[in-house]
Amino acid sequence: MSEMKAPDRLKAQPAAATPTPAAGQPLYANRQKVYPKAVRGPVRRAKWAVLALCLGLYYLVPWLRWDRGPGVPDQAVLVDMANARLFFLWIELWPQEIYFLAGALILGAIALFAVSSLFGRLWCGFTCPQTVWTDLFMWVERLIEGDRVERMRLDKAPWTAAKWARKTAKHAAWLVIAAATGGAWIMYFNDAPTVTREILTGAASAKVYFFFGLFTATTYVLAGWAREQVCTYMCPWPRFQAAMLDEHSLVVSYRAWRGEPRGKAKAKGVGDCVDCMACVQVCPTGIDIRDGLQIECIGCGLCIDACNQIMDRLGRPRGLIAFETLTNLAASEAAAAKLPPGPERLACGMAARAAPRFLRPRTFVYAGMLSVVALAMLGAFLMRETLTVTAIRDRAPFFVRLSDGGVRNGYTLKIANKTHEAASFALALDAPAGLRLVVQDVAASDAEGRPLLPARPDGLAQYRVFLTAPPGLRLPESTPVTFRLLDARGHVVAREGSVFLGPKP
Amino acid sequence: MPTKIEKDQITGTETTGHEWDGIKELNTPLPRWWLMVFYATIAFALLWMILYPSLPIRGATGLTGWIAREAVTGEMQAHQARLEPMMARLRAATPEQIAADPELRAFALAGGRAAFANTCAGCHGAGGQGAPGGFPSLADDDWLWGGSLDAIRTTIAHGIRTPEDEEARQSQMPRFLADGLLTAAQVNDVAEHVLSLSGRATDEAAAARGAAVFAENCASCHGERGEGNRELGAPRLSDHVWLYGGDKASIVRSISYARSGVMPAWQGRLDPAVINMLTVYVHALGGGE
Repeated sequence: MSEMKAPDRLKAQPAAATPTPAAGQPLYANRQKVYPKAVRGPVRRAKWAVLALCLGLYYLVPWLRWDRGPGVPDQAVLVDMANARLFFLWIELWPQEIYFLAGALILGAIALFAVSSLFGRLWCGFTCPQTVWTDLFMWVERLIEGDRVERMRLDKAPWTAAKWARKTAKHAAWLVIAAATGGAWIMYFNDAPTVTREILTGAASAKVYFFFGLFTATTYVLAGWAREQVCTYMCPWPRFQAAMLDEHSLVVSYRAWRGEPRGKAKAKGVGDCVDCMACVQVCPTGIDIRDGLQIECIGCGLCIDACNQIMDRLGRPRGLIAFETLTNLAASEAAAAKLPPGPERLACGMAARAAPRFLRPRTFVYAGMLSVVALAMLGAFLMRETLTVTAIRDRAPFFVRLSDGGVRNGYTLKIANKTHEAASFALALDAPAGLRLVVQDVAASDAEGRPLLPARPDGLAQYRVFLTAPPGLRLPESTPVTFRLLDARGHVVAREGSVFLGPKP
Repeated sequence: MPTKIEKDQITGTETTGHEWDGIKELNTPLPRWWLMVFYATIAFALLWMILYPSLPIRGATGLTGWIAREAVTGEMQAHQARLEPMMARLRAATPEQIAADPELRAFALAGGRAAFANTCAGCHGAGGQGAPGGFPSLADDDWLWGGSLDAIRTTIAHGIRTPEDEEARQSQMPRFLADGLLTAAQVNDVAEHVLSLSGRATDEAAAARGAAVFAENCASCHGERGEGNRELGAPRLSDHVWLYGGDKASIVRSISYARSGVMPAWQGRLDPAVINMLTVYVHALGGGE
């Protein structure tokens, strides 16, 4: 992937010098504080829309109600740790069905790979919580401390009362947002109105306050202080994005073939880049997109808006920085290389581009994986049973020799009733004639003499079941048997196979 | 392969001097906050060492005085205190009352399972299946001293042939051959007769001779037809369950040298509530009467 390396990287930053070569490498790098400038444009508008949608969903979803009948939580989305239930709209999952959650995460991961291979780091730039909250915090910061230049001036200024006031106001506002964020997180695990009232009145449990504090603190630190350091140093995603992106992925790119050589707007023989640094000033991670694709770039595209504004002002066509594939960059570069800067070179370079290839083998592979996992999950969900029976055969002893020479096997029968209605089921046995079935402590039986087992609603009922082979019955060492649960109309609602063990015949 | 440390042309950063297949590793400096986090972890570790026991020296408990063993003891006591209301009810109730009350019964079965694994499973097996050599199965329908809740409770509380418990189950089978009560031939005859009680005699003449010896020496405890006697813990000889083996050699050995298994008395060692839980649990293993 030679295209992955920006062709003009050496040109853009000739001989970046080490500060003190004689003293050797410094042990650590001071953080260069980033002061992103406000920017307007279609990408920024899209980012605001995504931000509003994501935050709106995050803060409001816990307040959605969903009537499930009496005695059951009426919160639409709830992870009920105490009762080990996961509620999602009409779906109620038991802990043993947690693979649905795993499946959803696998779907999410494959979708992330697919989107990245097609459109670059859309997730990072638009929807990642780190990006969304950092954007929100920067907006608050801009309201209180002003835009880039004012903020830089304020940071350099001595600590006057006015500076204290502004800084305090900013951090207070951040903490309020962080607390709302931490509070909303708790609501996914507790009834939202109840836990809000408890938190506010001091009646919540220590656990609630701990997680409330933890997520408040992480939001405040990560979105207020750490910001781009999270993306650059903590997140693993930039490390393997090179494997996710290819030369057909739409990534935020500087069209060096059009912009270089840089120069003043009125100078002769220079490209379209006037080196105004607008793209650098708006970048939330503080990089120069003109250096090419780099791990710090989260693909938010704000530099596109910034550059387009400048191009509009200069009366030049937009798109010096754009979502562009590396293939097109190379094609344009090759086509335009021979021409001097000017409209002709621009037209020639733009004409050399091809439409991005969205339908390529990896797209189909991802689509195939997505549909396989989605179909498997859908199938599992449609075939999900609300009543299951499991038979756990006693292993110690395998079988009991009775005094009359008969053989008895013990089983623990567990009936999981995932509905909220109590029901009783008749237990029938599919086994060679002669095997006697006894359920410990169950006296009730149906019209045909089969034991009637109550299955309590939303719970697990457990029974000891004994199968006895009378002395005369000759059975092999292992005989398959099946337990069937019948409803009142005599229909089989659940079944479970097991074996009946005995001595060698 | 180590190479010379040099300055990278593009980034201006030094290399570490590590090179693999022409790929050189850059010695990119850490961000300062990361370094600070590293120092903070060292400070945290030092603080931890001062506050908590960390040195392998007796008495080095740390400033907080926290000791893992005490923490566990405290948690165990708190747990016991949580269980206490149920345990008090279990102590006051008879096994019959416990078995009849669904709440108490469920608690007793769960607690009994744990107590059984702790105290009984060593001899009787994890599922009460017993073990060869005199450890009876508790899951079958054959009981030496009785399989009712009451009988099971008495056996657990007072044990079998426990010298220190006056109420222990007591009985002693004579050593017929060793003490010269019977001749070897008579023992052989009786063994044939005992086999015949469960329909397995091979030598009918010997079995017939043994019947008379049996009536004189054995029937007082084991019954006329070997039906056994639970008052004396005399096993039934006419069924398919053999504690010490049902083959002829084992039977001859049992007659010649006698058998007398022992079981400890658990009263005084276990909480009466635990004995009640064990009673209900053992009764529910499958053979309860």
